[in-house]
Amino acid sequence: MPITRDDVRHVALLARLEITENEEQELAAQLDQIIAYVEVLEKLDTEDVEPTSYITPMETPFREDVVSTTPDTERWLANAPATDGRHFRVPKIIE
Amino acid sequence: MTDFEAVIGLEVHAELLTASKIFCGCSAKFGAAPNENTCPLCIGMPGVLPVLNRQVVEFGIKTGLAIHCEIQQRSRWSRKNYFYPDLPKGYQITQYDLPICLGGHVDIRLEGEDQDRSIPLTRIHMEEDTGKNIHDAHTDASLVDYNRCGVPLLEIVSEPDLRSSAEAGAYLRKLRAILQYLQVCDGNMEEGSFRCDANISIRPQGATELGTKAEIKNLNSFRSVERAIDYEIERQTKAIRAGESIVQETRLWDTDREVTRSMRSKESAHDYRYFSEPDLLPLDVSADWIERVKGELPELPDERSARFVSEYELPAYDAEVLTARKDVADYFEAAVGIHRNPKAVSNWVMGEVLRIVNDRKLDQELVIEAWPVSAQQLAGLIALIDDGTISGKIAKSVFEDLLDNDKSPASVVEEKGLSQVSDSAELESIVDGVLAGQDDKIAEYRAGKEKMLGFFVGQIMKKTQGKANPKLVNEILRKRLQSN
Ligand SMILES: [Zn+2]
Repeated sequence: MPITRDDVRHVALLARLEITENEEQELAAQLDQIIAYVEVLEKLDTEDVEPTSYITPMETPFREDVVSTTPDTERWLANAPATDGRHFRVPKIIE
Repeated sequence: MTDFEAVIGLEVHAELLTASKIFCGCSAKFGAAPNENTCPLCIGMPGVLPVLNRQVVEFGIKTGLAIHCEIQQRSRWSRKNYFYPDLPKGYQITQYDLPICLGGHVDIRLEGEDQDRSIPLTRIHMEEDTGKNIHDAHTDASLVDYNRCGVPLLEIVSEPDLRSSAEAGAYLRKLRAILQYLQVCDGNMEEGSFRCDANISIRPQGATELGTKAEIKNLNSFRSVERAIDYEIERQTKAIRAGESIVQETRLWDTDREVTRSMRSKESAHDYRYFSEPDLLPLDVSADWIERVKGELPELPDERSARFVSEYELPAYDAEVLTARKDVADYFEAAVGIHRNPKAVSNWVMGEVLRIVNDRKLDQELVIEAWPVSAQQLAGLIALIDDGTISGKIAKSVFEDLLDNDKSPASVVEEKGLSQVSDSAELESIVDGVLAGQDDKIAEYRAGKEKMLGFFVGQIMKKTQGKANPKLVNEILRKRLQSN
């Protein structure tokens, strides 16, 4: 199924990307090619192959449950475009 | 009798009582100053990597075993993608297609029923909590606090098998009690550490297909859950009877007006584009780990209730009420440990003590110091009744004097001179005083009017401000009334 410009617009909206009409067309064509390649892979017989979701043969690393960070709120707030000195300030959220 | 039946499924989010967050070493404690418990990881800075807190998995296994789930030896993490200011990364790390627990059940019993009903569960998965938004009245902007962002959650999902608000309430209370017994969640609904969303639909009685559901949010007390379900069943029934169709949507419970209202969100909210979380490995849980946790499971509400019946010879009803909250059951056992009269302690706990607890809305787990009257004081009070020092009636007033202080019951009795008059000679003279000049009433009693006895006892109690030993009074009275 070819990727339409509507699909591109929808994905761009979800990703909060602003794209021009030219880009829409360009991206639709590129995404179409990628999907077409996946369709080639789909032709392979993978009946007896277990799906690989991770390629690193490692055990899950854990942390022990201890508090190990030191509060430094001011430093983390320093990156924010707006604060009230204690919170991150963002445009009003309407619920 | 309505010709529709309700189909209700509940999603519970339980905040876990870990010391630190799920993927970073920040404190997970509630109530810190805004953004105190944050670090580059939990505020979503680029270049950070999550490392899983072992305790979260342990709690997941523990909870799963306690409610009879199948623990999955391999589960994995997924990204749920959406933009909202309380989620700084733009995605939530959660479990999607391979959660830690599948299946399971919670057994409930409704008041007046003599059998349990088993409510089947769909799954339990682990995930990170989001931050909190506060409206800033000064600037008309929103302020965000990320302290809660990354606090570990278990999401416990029931099958749509509940049929009424009463069943939903019983299910939630039971589930909360189990989590509290396991000490994995404090169960505080008001502070949001135990949250519930309800999926509700209705269908004609006997139908097998599900109707269109509404998801109800903002349910922050048991009462809200029950009221919102009743409201929603009525709303949907009315709509269908009027020939309208139900819209699948999210609705918010308005606690003040007691209605649900539609959250008109134009966002294509359910397009979360889940994919496997590339920053975390799949989660492998060994059979040994599961076995070890199984071996360490504490006594759970049903088992404790059964033990209260056998060990303390309590009626099943008492045992059920006392064990519905772990703190209440602990309090009861502490008092019985000091003064072994289980039935009397049970009566006092279910009566006076829980009355105060409910009046004061102390609906979260109470630590020992937080009880309005300590187990030690209650045991001491009952001991004074049992050894005849005070009557049950006087004990109720002494109980009030014990509230919120550490006085001993004996000292209150002493201070206020409430000791029962158990001195025979003294009582005899009081009885004689009361009987004097009451010849006609005495005659009535002797003529078979048993009721007169109560009249005399009342007079004697009045004279002694309730302090006369009732047993002795009765004995003396009967003796006096029989002889001439
Ligand atoms: Zn952190």
